Amino acid sequence: MSIEQTPQAFETLNPIDEARRQIEICNACRYCEGYCAVFPAITKQKTFGDGDISQLANLCHNCRGCYYACQYTEPHEFALNLPGVLAQVRQDSWQDHAWPRGAGQAFHRSGVAIACAVIVGFMALLLAVQAIGSAGGDGFYATLSHNAMVAIFVPAFLFPVLSIGISLRRYWAHIGGQKVTLGALTQAFGDAARLKNLSGGHGEGCNFEDEDRFTHLRRIGHQLTMWGFLLCFAATSTATVMHYVFDLPAPYDLLSLPKLLGITGGVLLTLGTAKLAWLKPKGDRSLGDTRVWGGEMAFILLLFVVAVTGLVLYAATGTAAVPLLLALHLGTVLAFFLLMPFSKMVHGFYRLAALVRDAQQK
Amino acid sequence: MTNKTPDIVIVGGGNAALCAAITAAEAGARVLILEGAPKEYRGGNSRHTRNFRCMHDGPLSVLTGSYGEDEYYNDLLLVTKGNTDENLARIAIRGSQESQPWMEAHGVRFQPSLSGTLSLSRTNAFFLGGGKALVNAYYRTAAALGVEVLYDAHVNHLELEGDRITRVDFTQHGTAHSLTPRAVVVASGGFQGNIERLVAAWGPEAENFLIRGTPYNRGDVLFDLLDQGVQSIGDPTQCHAVAIDGRAPKFDGGIVTRLDCVPFSVVVNTHGQRFYNEGEDVWPKRYAIWGRLVAAQDDQVAYSIIDSKSRDLFMPSVFPPVTADTIPELAVKLGLEPDAVAATIAEFNAACQNGDFKPTELDGVATEGLDPPKTNWARPIVDPPFYGYSLRPGVTFTYLGFKVDAQAQVQGATGPVQNLWAAGETMAGSILGQGYLAGFGMTIGTVFGRIAGKEAAAYVH
Repeated sequence: MSIEQTPQAFETLNPIDEARRQIEICNACRYCEGYCAVFPAITKQKTFGDGDISQLANLCHNCRGCYYACQYTEPHEFALNLPGVLAQVRQDSWQDHAWPRGAGQAFHRSGVAIACAVIVGFMALLLAVQAIGSAGGDGFYATLSHNAMVAIFVPAFLFPVLSIGISLRRYWAHIGGQKVTLGALTQAFGDAARLKNLSGGHGEGCNFEDEDRFTHLRRIGHQLTMWGFLLCFAATSTATVMHYVFDLPAPYDLLSLPKLLGITGGVLLTLGTAKLAWLKPKGDRSLGDTRVWGGEMAFILLLFVVAVTGLVLYAATGTAAVPLLLALHLGTVLAFFLLMPFSKMVHGFYRLAALVRDAQQK
Repeated sequence: MTNKTPDIVIVGGGNAALCAAITAAEAGARVLILEGAPKEYRGGNSRHTRNFRCMHDGPLSVLTGSYGEDEYYNDLLLVTKGNTDENLARIAIRGSQESQPWMEAHGVRFQPSLSGTLSLSRTNAFFLGGGKALVNAYYRTAAALGVEVLYDAHVNHLELEGDRITRVDFTQHGTAHSLTPRAVVVASGGFQGNIERLVAAWGPEAENFLIRGTPYNRGDVLFDLLDQGVQSIGDPTQCHAVAIDGRAPKFDGGIVTRLDCVPFSVVVNTHGQRFYNEGEDVWPKRYAIWGRLVAAQDDQVAYSIIDSKSRDLFMPSVFPPVTADTIPELAVKLGLEPDAVAATIAEFNAACQNGDFKPTELDGVATEGLDPPKTNWARPIVDPPFYGYSLRPGVTFTYLGFKVDAQAQVQGATGPVQNLWAAGETMAGSILGQGYLAGFGMTIGTVFGRIAGKEAAAYVH
């Protein structure tokens, strides 16, 4: 054996094998142990199966702290780029476990595909407005009847739920997940709610927009987006309950629960997605999955459009612009829901699963 | 290139250089760092470090309990066998306690000791993210203070006229430059990155040494000044070396190339013969002597052989071990004579005695009638699969450096050089005459870097 015999030519490795190569180097180093949950999880093992690698990849929040602290990044011959390779593995895991398998790969990768989906959604809603129209309802129902909205959006909601449910089951089996306990769930949701893994370990945030400088910008952008989205979702859920349980159909007052939740959520979602879209070009692309940069960016913009059109639609209540705006808003919402299993949105479900699995292994 | 002549030029871009630069800039001096490495490799050997040995009278930041000056000094005496300058050593030790909060105030973040290093939780404060994270934080702090940095800037000459440095010559991207700062701090490490100099000091064996740290510590400024009559300290023929994975890169392999398997193994040379007691002491204590032991073998290589019983008793290695189901097969894969290795293992196995094996302490499970003996953890190598690792000397640093006084001022032939200070590895030989104490290099660099920065700033004002 000679000292020249160092492992090289790893460019040819597939993402899982390349991640394994890098993780084994990390496991011999361990300097990054304090940054996030990935490294303590690595130190529990000596060998890493494909499922272990997928789990670590989905546990990684791409904070990039480990990259900038690493003594083995290029030009070093070990050529570590753990955030980059884990992003690729993560992306592959979403596509490999997707149901229907192979569906919607284009939406992950291509912003144009997402834009086309939005246009199709918009056209569909516009056609619905013209063909079905109102059955004499109030508010937005004056443009499109309540029953027509339900007929369109119940399947558009149930399909992603089913698809993601099947995907997660497959993924859970792949990573060797066990029976989920309340304790593990509590810890996982707690970590997600605070986005603990973007805290940098020292509570100063992550490295993204300015190399090794720690800031909370991405964490804030993400939290505004996530909480904004959840509030909007809560607004719709509340309205559904009010409609069917309490027989209180829309339109609602400004001081009603659906409006308070929806407007607050819409504002947070607008601000959050705007911040994320502004940050994204500043980050080093090679520390993420370069194959899906365009798809990710388009997804952020789609969420932004969903939020903005929702707010504008509310502001335009009673004007002649409502039919067009309603079609636009509902069209983007439709595209968003249908793309959920095949877009960046799915990361939230996998990440939660990874956090639950991590809590199980602690 | 910079527009204005700086007050102070700092040669080097690692921990000591940055501590000096930040301290001087805070005192109002215009500071320029000349870092020999490109930006990606900035920080010298500091980028491979991970902790800071710190005196503390009570719990301090992540440090537990207390670690007093005398205990610290005693630990230093044990590893250096008294080969230290007590005055400078105590300055470094006392300065560490006050430096820890200074480091935090200047961007360094600490964490409890890393897994696998519990023995250091009381004495050593670990950097969150390791030494490169520390270096990054200091570069950010320095930039905010207006410190300028030139990368790829190779300083090749400091002109010493009388008792003053009058000129700094360096090249950057093939172009030669000269500067005339009022003061200079040298913090550019030892000379282990220059294999020719290592061969000249150690002998031809040094060709086969691996360099664990930066290739940019080439000793150009060190030898340039020593040639001009500046006083040196430390044995020029000596370097600190440990036994690392023989497959490690020639340079910059860093922490991951360590191998902790020796105490549980039989170590043979290229002739398949044992040459030293593998079980002499617990591994952190014995780690350092194996570099020297392997350096003394033919081709400066040795092979550590374990069986499946010991596979999980030590930190994972960066390269997978060579694996075989029989000892002769393993020997062939390692490029060794199978009969010789098989005979050595058989002889060792026959000399093993029954005992209560305890991997984490001196268990006294020893061989009988074997020369050299193995005095702890001697268990027969019989359970396949068998694993083999090659070992080579990995140089961490050299001992030759500048003689400095308590103000970190460099000593010329006839007295102190008025405007020249030194900090870090380049003067550590005064304090660490031999051996090594985990985390002490960063202590010397931080404390004397800060002293050098303060003194240089006071001089230029």
